[in-house]
Amino acid sequence: MSLFELVRVSFDALRVNLLRSVLTMLGIVIGVAAVIAMVTVGAGAQAEVDRQIEALGSNVLMIRSGSRWFGGARTAAGSAQSLTVEDTRALKAEIPEIAAAASANRGSGQVVVGNMNWSTTIYGIDADYMIARNWELAQGREFEPAEFRNGAKVALLGNTVVEELFGAGNVVGQAIRIKNVPFTVVGALKAKGQSFGPWDQDDTVMVPFKTAEGRLLGKSTHRTGSVRDIYVSVGDADAMDLVELDITEVLRQRHRIGPGEQDTFSIRNMTEMVEARVEARQIFNMLLAAVASVSLVVGGIGIMNIMLVSVTERTREIGLRMAVGAKERDIMLQFLVEAVTLCLLGGLIGIVVALTITVGVAEIAGWPVLVQWPIVIIAIAFSAAIGIFFGFYPARKAAAKDPIEALRSE
Amino acid sequence: MAFLRCHDVHKDYLVGTETVRALDGVSVAIDRGEFVSVMGPSGSGKSTFMNLVGCLDRPNSGSIELDGERVSDLTSDSLASVRNQKIGFVFQQFNLLGRTSALDNVALPLLYAGVDRGERTTRADEALARVGLADRAQHVPAQLSGGQQQRVAIARALVNSPDMLLADEPTGALDTATGQEIMRLFQALNEAGLTVIVVTHEAEVADYARRILRFRDGLITSDTLDEVRNVAV
Ligand SMILES: Nc1ncnc2c1ncn2[C@@H]1O[C@H](COP(=O)(O)OP(=O)(O)OP(=O)(O)O)[C@@H](O)[C@H]1O
Ligand SMILES: [Mg+2]
Repeated sequence: MSLFELVRVSFDALRVNLLRSVLTMLGIVIGVAAVIAMVTVGAGAQAEVDRQIEALGSNVLMIRSGSRWFGGARTAAGSAQSLTVEDTRALKAEIPEIAAAASANRGSGQVVVGNMNWSTTIYGIDADYMIARNWELAQGREFEPAEFRNGAKVALLGNTVVEELFGAGNVVGQAIRIKNVPFTVVGALKAKGQSFGPWDQDDTVMVPFKTAEGRLLGKSTHRTGSVRDIYVSVGDADAMDLVELDITEVLRQRHRIGPGEQDTFSIRNMTEMVEARVEARQIFNMLLAAVASVSLVVGGIGIMNIMLVSVTERTREIGLRMAVGAKERDIMLQFLVEAVTLCLLGGLIGIVVALTITVGVAEIAGWPVLVQWPIVIIAIAFSAAIGIFFGFYPARKAAAKDPIEALRSE
Repeated sequence: MAFLRCHDVHKDYLVGTETVRALDGVSVAIDRGEFVSVMGPSGSGKSTFMNLVGCLDRPNSGSIELDGERVSDLTSDSLASVRNQKIGFVFQQFNLLGRTSALDNVALPLLYAGVDRGERTTRADEALARVGLADRAQHVPAQLSGGQQQRVAIARALVNSPDMLLADEPTGALDTATGQEIMRLFQALNEAGLTVIVVTHEAEVADYARRILRFRDGLITSDTLDEVRNVAV
C-alpha cells in the first residue's frame, strides 16, 4: 500500500473519532505552540534589547548621587553632597577617554499647545547631552551656546510629544507652554522607540539646563548647579572599566570622601544593565521552553494512550483487514501513520497558534517578529518523531494480533 | 487434481492445562466448482476447519494444499497474500467497517492487493452489481438491512475474483427468508464456477449444497454427495 493510501486510511480513521482526535492533538498543539512562542518571543525581546542598547548609546556610564539606586533604598542621598555641573566639567577635563560628559536634571510637567495638553518628562540638558545619550535631530536644530548660557525658553520635543500635540509636520518655531511658561520649539528628536519596558524614551521635552533649573524643575529640590544625573560616553569600549575607576577617584577627591568612607554617588554601566536584564529574560525563556517540552512529552504519552485504546477498540477491524489480505506491515504502518498524522497535524496547528501568539505579543510590546524558522522545522520534525516513538508500541501491538482472535473479539 | 486437499489435519488448543483437540485428523479433498456445506454440532470443529482452509491459521500437524500449494507451512505474510488473492470470506457478523461506504468496504481487499484507486472503484462497483446492490454503493452499513449488509460482505469476498468462497454460518444472523436469498446468491455464484464452502446448522441451508461434510469431535464423520438437488426449496 502506498504512503498516500496509508495517509488516506488514517485520515478516515481520525475523522471517525473527530473529537477524540482533536483532544488528543491538543497536547502536541500546546507543546509545540509553547516551545515556538517562547523561542520566537525570546528572539524578538533579544532584538529589542539590542536596539535599546543602541538607543541608550553604547559605552555610556551614568553617575547619580547616592550610593545605591535601582531597587533598594537610596542611602545617603539627601544627606550627601549632590553632584554638580562642576563635577561634570571636571570629569571631562581630567579623564581623556571621556568623549562627552553631560549634566541632566529631570522632572515632569504638562506641555500645552492650543487646547491640547500632554504630561511628559522634562529634561534640563547641557551641550554634551545629545552626544552622550545618542540623540539625533529629526527636524530643526540643537540649542545654541547662547541659549544654554542665558537659560533661553527654547525646547526640543521627543517624538511622542510631537505626535501627541502636533500629529505630524513641522514643529520648528511653534509656541508651546511648559508648566505654564511659554517656550519656542527649535527642533524635534528622532524616535528611539520604546525602551526600558513601559518607560517611553521619546516621551520627553528637553530644555537648556539653566532654563530648567530656574523655571521648570524649581529651586526647592535642587540647589543651583546641582545635577541629578551625569552621563559620560567613552570613546573606547575597552576603556570602560578604567574610566569607571578614574571617575570614582576624581569624584571622591572633589567631594572629599576620606579613605574607608562610602561613595556618595554610584556609577552604572548602562549597557551592562540592559545585558543583565537580557540574561535574566533568557533564563526565564529557557525555563518556559523546558516546561513546554515537558508538555510535548505529555502530549506524546496522550497519543500513545489513545492509540492503545484505538487498537483495542478496533480489534475486529484489524482482524477483518488481516482476513482480506493485510500483512502485519500494513497494519503496523496504518497505526503508525495515524499516530504520526495526529502529531504532525498537532504540530502544524501548534505552529499557527505560536505565530499568532508571537505576532500578538510583538504587537503589544512593540517588538519585532523574528520567526525562528529552524525552530519551526525542528518542531515539525520533533512532532513527527513523537508520533513514531509513541505510536510504535500501539502499532506493533495491532500488527501482532492473531486474525482469528481479532475477528472473534467484541 | 483437487483444488483443496487436507491430509490428516490436527489442530489443538491449549486451554489452561488441558488440550482441546479441535481437529483430530481431518482428511478431505474438494474440487474446483464444488458447493460444499459443513454441518455438525457446536464445538465439533467446523469453524476451526474453515479457518485453516481459509489460511487464517496453521494446523499443528498434517498438510493443507490449496491449488497445488502447501499453505500449511507458509509464513504469515504469504498466508495474507493467499487470503487476499484466492479466498473470499463471509462471516456470520458481516464484519463491515462502520461509517465506511458499501463501496469502500467492498474495495478493501483491493487496497491490500495494491490495485490503484480508479480500478478499485470500478471493480467494487461491479462486485456490488453482482450482489444486486449497485444503487447502495454510498450507503454506510447502518443504513442497510441485515441481508443487504451480508450481500455487501459477499461483494467484498468476490471483489478480488477468488477461487474459493468460505462462509461460516452466513445466514446465522438473518431471518429465514433473507437467509434463503443469500443462499440463492451463493448458488448462483457456484453455478458461475466459484468453489463455495458454507458452514451451517440448518438443514434447509445445507440443502443448497451438493456435498455435505458432517463434523463430530474434530473429525469428519460423513461425506455425502447429493446427486439430485433438493427441489423443495
Ligand atoms: N482459540 C481457541 N482457544 C481454545 N479453544 C478453542 C479455540 N477455538 C476453538 N476452540 C475449541 O475448539 C473446538 C472447536 O471449535 P469450533 O469453533 O471449531 O467449533 P464449531 O464447530 O465452529 O462450533 P459452533 O457451531 O458453535 O460455531 C471447541 O471445543 C472450541 O472450544
Ligand atoms: Mg463455528
